[in-house]
Amino acid sequence: MKLVPTASQTVGPFFHVGLARPELADLTQGGKALGERIIIEGQVRDGDGVGIPDAMLELWQANAAGKYRHPEDPQEKSVDANFVGFGRAFTDREGRYRFTTVRPGAVPGRGNALQAPHIAMTIFARGLLKHLTTRLYFADLAQANDADPLLSGIEDAAARRTLLAQPVNGAPATYRFDVVLQGEGETAFFDI
Amino acid sequence: MVDVRPYRREHPGNHPPYLYPDYASTVKRAPVRRPIRLDHTLTETTGPVFAGGWAGPSLADLTRVGAGEPIGERIIVAGRVLDEDGRPVPDTLLELWQANSAGRYLHDADRHDAPLDPNFTGKGHVLTDAEGRYRFLTVKPGAYPWRNTHNAWRPQHLHFSVFGPAFATRLVTQVYFPGDPLLPLDPIFNSTADETARRRLVSVYDPDLSEAEYALGYRFDLVLRGRGATPMEK
Ligand SMILES: [Fe+3]
Repeated sequence: MKLVPTASQTVGPFFHVGLARPELADLTQGGKALGERIIIEGQVRDGDGVGIPDAMLELWQANAAGKYRHPEDPQEKSVDANFVGFGRAFTDREGRYRFTTVRPGAVPGRGNALQAPHIAMTIFARGLLKHLTTRLYFADLAQANDADPLLSGIEDAAARRTLLAQPVNGAPATYRFDVVLQGEGETAFFDI
Repeated sequence: MVDVRPYRREHPGNHPPYLYPDYASTVKRAPVRRPIRLDHTLTETTGPVFAGGWAGPSLADLTRVGAGEPIGERIIVAGRVLDEDGRPVPDTLLELWQANSAGRYLHDADRHDAPLDPNFTGKGHVLTDAEGRYRFLTVKPGAYPWRNTHNAWRPQHLHFSVFGPAFATRLVTQVYFPGDPLLPLDPIFNSTADETARRRLVSVYDPDLSEAEYALGYRFDLVLRGRGATPMEK
């Protein structure tokens, strides 16, 4: 039996009604998760460079040891009882968002190579008939990034740069990661 | 070395395109560049697991959240979450939001001149059971106007969000109702090019799901991407 998959439809402007779970913007569960606490913040902008007030972002990441909390992660590393690895946040009036999480450890890629530490991100919004998918890498891990098969395979340097979260002043360590849906500085999105 | 079993690539025409000018909001939000193809790694074949209970107790009956019952036609919406091969997707989070029976959302940005219902919030969520089944009791949402074009109305619909077993299976969609005269006019519904895929978005009236003298039953199955045949599918 082969069934036709259900088509995606936009979340529309009113998704807050059903999807609001403010506690999910803090993946550390109030600081209980193991590892270095970090802040990820940024702005989601449209093709006019205007902040999008009705977007939802979701994160999926490994814990500080580089282990996904999922039965198909076969690595012999420990899960963290206080870390799920899933986050969700909405943009504000100016299109800004903010997550608190822990710095993910490296996870294996295809073959034997380790991937550079990264966080997978999905973007939902009114006007997006299907969510967008991207990845966030850490600009200050240059060596790991250069060795990452996916990142180093992106030939367009400007597109590659859009995947690098930039450290900014702040404690705990804070990274800025803007998502540009269209045009100048358009974020590199992935077809997964 | 970590072997991953990738999910199947998406079928052309099954999902809507990003740019679909009939839906005006896509024009400034659709990326211009083609997305970069990514072969699945552990990051894409894993995803949030809900069995631990962190998603909170389920809310499957949307008609019992206020002091009284909401106004509207009571409906049961039920079905299964399956993959392309018809295998059930158990223990996955399904979130629902909708307008009330007058076509109004409990949301600050909703300016439609229709009444709010003090006994209706329009949100629910459940985990699927071991066979992938879910069931909501709610009221039928009203159609509502939107500013896409002059005198445009959204067909009656529910919004569904579902995760499935992996990051790669994430899906947000809308559930429609059979016989709605607004469906052929709705650009969001029509953005899905494939007719079979479009039809899958319309629930089916099912007398066996209805409860006598209480509520009408609509069946809606969600189908998520299945697993690819080989680890290195090209
Ligand atoms: Fe809606």
